[in-house]
Amino acid sequence: MDTGLAIRERLDSIAVKGKQKKQIKCDTDSIAGCVSQRACVYCGARVVLNPVTDAIHLVHGPIGCASYTWDIRGSLSSGSELYRNSFSTDLQEEDVIFGGEKKLARAIDDLVGKYKPRLVFVYATCIVGVIGDDLEAVCKAAAQKHNIEVIPVESSGFIGNKAAGYRAACDALFRLINSGETEKKKNDPKINYLGDFNLAAEAWIIKNYLYEMGIEVNVTFTGDSDYMALKKAPEASLNIVQCAGSMHYLARKMKDRFGIPFMNVSFLGIEDTSDSLRKIAAFFNNDEITRRAEALIDKEIRRIEPLIRGYRKKLQGKKAAVYVGGGFKAISLIKQFKELGIDVVMVGTQTGRREEYEVIHDLVNEGTVVLDDANPSELERFMLEKGAHLLVGGVKERPLAYKLGLAFIDHNHDRKHPLSGFVGAVNFAEEVYSTVCSPVWRFIG
Amino acid sequence: MKKETPNFRNVTENPCHMCMPMGGIIPFKGIEQSMVILHGSQGCATYMRRHIAEHFNEPIDVGSSSLNEKGTVYGGEQNLKTGLDNIMKVYRPKLVGVLTTCLAETIGEDIERITSDYLRDRGLEGFPVVTVPTPGYGDSHFEGYWFTLTRIVTKLTQRAKRHSRVNVIVPNISPADIREIKRLLELMGVEYILFPDFSETLDRPFEKPYQKIPAGGTRTADIKVMAGSAATIQFGMTVEDSMSPGRFLQTEYDVPLYNLPIPMGVENTDLFFACLKEITGKEMPASLRLERGRLLDAMVDSHKYNFHGRSVIFGEPELVFAVTKTCSENGIFPVVVATGSRNSKLPRLLKGFLHELEIETRILTSSDFTQIRKNSREMGANIAIGSSEGRYLTEKEGIPLVRLGFPIHDRVGGQRLLSVGYTGTTMFLDRITNTLLENKLTNYRSSMYQKYYKNYHAAVPTH
Ligand code: SF4
Repeated sequence: MDTGLAIRERLDSIAVKGKQKKQIKCDTDSIAGCVSQRACVYCGARVVLNPVTDAIHLVHGPIGCASYTWDIRGSLSSGSELYRNSFSTDLQEEDVIFGGEKKLARAIDDLVGKYKPRLVFVYATCIVGVIGDDLEAVCKAAAQKHNIEVIPVESSGFIGNKAAGYRAACDALFRLINSGETEKKKNDPKINYLGDFNLAAEAWIIKNYLYEMGIEVNVTFTGDSDYMALKKAPEASLNIVQCAGSMHYLARKMKDRFGIPFMNVSFLGIEDTSDSLRKIAAFFNNDEITRRAEALIDKEIRRIEPLIRGYRKKLQGKKAAVYVGGGFKAISLIKQFKELGIDVVMVGTQTGRREEYEVIHDLVNEGTVVLDDANPSELERFMLEKGAHLLVGGVKERPLAYKLGLAFIDHNHDRKHPLSGFVGAVNFAEEVYSTVCSPVWRFIG
Repeated sequence: MKKETPNFRNVTENPCHMCMPMGGIIPFKGIEQSMVILHGSQGCATYMRRHIAEHFNEPIDVGSSSLNEKGTVYGGEQNLKTGLDNIMKVYRPKLVGVLTTCLAETIGEDIERITSDYLRDRGLEGFPVVTVPTPGYGDSHFEGYWFTLTRIVTKLTQRAKRHSRVNVIVPNISPADIREIKRLLELMGVEYILFPDFSETLDRPFEKPYQKIPAGGTRTADIKVMAGSAATIQFGMTVEDSMSPGRFLQTEYDVPLYNLPIPMGVENTDLFFACLKEITGKEMPASLRLERGRLLDAMVDSHKYNFHGRSVIFGEPELVFAVTKTCSENGIFPVVVATGSRNSKLPRLLKGFLHELEIETRILTSSDFTQIRKNSREMGANIAIGSSEGRYLTEKEGIPLVRLGFPIHDRVGGQRLLSVGYTGTTMFLDRITNTLLENKLTNYRSSMYQKYYKNYHAAVPTH
């Protein structure tokens, strides 16, 4: 029997691009026992909020959740380092029976006394919802007592998937920015950058580009952001959204509440980076900005093109498989591989949305396998069947690729080198080259 | 003198331990053709897979019953059964472990009942399913590991005819360490049942075609007859009786139990061989004597450098115990010894030998890294030994870290670190000495300058 697809319920989540277009099933709960690569609501919330540098990130729950998320991401800070700690109420059996509210209140007191933060995020984990702790009330009381902001994050693990965690994080962020006074000077070239977590300086790279164009980044959500910067979010005249999966929801809320328009952008790859910079310039409808944008793009492309061409020559005809968190990233990667002369033969995501899968379908070649919420056996089967030479994925996928004798690219939150912007495009090409063309594969055969 | 610092706090800052199910996954990975499924929400399984995969650099497949809101409110029975179905279909395991998580425990799921119903409904009576209640809030991953071993033995072992093999029960040491213990047993000519044996499954060779469940692991047929073994050697000095598989085999089936420290360091390793001799009557072969001699020689070579070592040792109680012993044999004086587990045996065992050293050692249980850091600073520690989480001590306090234990996720090769037996101890000691030397040699020019030149006129150096 074909073990790779032994699970019938999974069939609707897998499509092969061909004559008739198939709507792929997505945005549903994982099927039990499928060994999904997905994380949980808490994870989604933590990913989005953790880069807020001067906040106390307090996990209300048992120890594991805090342990597994202690300083594992590559987000950089230009100021406070408080976010690199992992605080937990470390709930014990008694707390589960009698409730953890008192312990939580005391934990906040202790942390506020010790670190004097202006902002505390309190994350709910699986059991907090079940034991019925009133997070809202504890946070409110603590906020009044200490005269700071203490914001609950509704991230109980079972209330959905990672996307629900993104929403929980956005709700928490919105609470923060909606509580201040807003004053905005119309059409100032001042923007918020949503959905960049400043992994390995990525937000800084983009900030520099925009600065060169005469545009000021007001605040990044949430890479290298802090309490003061976030509070000023309503002052922007435009929101650009990179990671749409996590931040589209916040952008909508800010549009409704503050009238800030938003647009989706992507800074992965030369094509997307150039397009995005042009789109941003066009929004301001200002000749100087447009001129500067073109000059920047021109200069950068001139600089990196010969490098990319060199790699392209060496990578001709290779085939890639992609399995990443969000649809936005998958789309950018397909384009980026095209720039390198590489065909994507398999592409999947953990939390892609319908619209994103449609774009993916249009971008890929006939025969490409598209799949939502895949598991190791499916990845194994399709990578081998399609003859992929490399996989792009996260930490869990890396050993699988290596065991199959495939090259591998880390495209997750732990990375220590930037993949954004023109700089990132070169890094990406170099990384692909370094793994696909490594001499080790000679022995693997 | 030693002092035990009690630790009451409302908040854990930078944890030094993980949750119970994490520890429970690893033993199942050391049983031939077995699969694990966690009953709870999807995230727990994914986080743990990520952590374990990064340490061993191996694919770690763990199922989840992916409990959602409905399952949480109305019970997750259906989810768990579907999960079992799918695991069986795709992996075709010979044994399945079912662990709970916080969520399943809090809503009161009876996994024993659910799984036996499942087996009956599917006509699979007799298929080995081992259930282990591992609430994340129950205890640390250390207890999760040992409790799972005990559950496996309780479930699988049956009264058996006496035979001459020796049960060898190992804690969460590296695959390389397990292979070394097997080599030593073979050199001694001892027949054994090593449990759990993840030496091949979590450090598998590259080969094609890829196997979803790697070859290797303790055979279930062997686990079955552990009740008939000549004796049990268990490296579990710090393990509570209620979680001790060796103790269970002793009380239930009269298998003599030798509870020993992990064979690291001279005395602990000697103890291991003495014990093997007592059980089997066999003498240590000449080749092992040479290995022991080489260890002693290495210790002499490095003793003066080590004498400046003031170590902070942290991690799982069993490993911490063995490492502390090894350090104290070598002048790398343990000044802070810490575990995140609540373990009560560890402090008592440490006091048993630490009093011989004329230094103060702080022993911390239920500890976290904020506390470990503070104590390390106060005690002037200059070398740290433990998992990757200790990188924080390097970053914040400039204390270099010798990586050992679980998890090691910021360096490669955690699974290949060899530290047991005479040869492993030699390699481990060299890693420590060289780290001390590297630190000294990188800093001595500037530190001498600071101390004796720059302030020359300002003050007479005090030492
Ligand atoms: S502490 Fe509980 S909820 Fe958190 S990862 Fe561990 S089992 Fe899951």
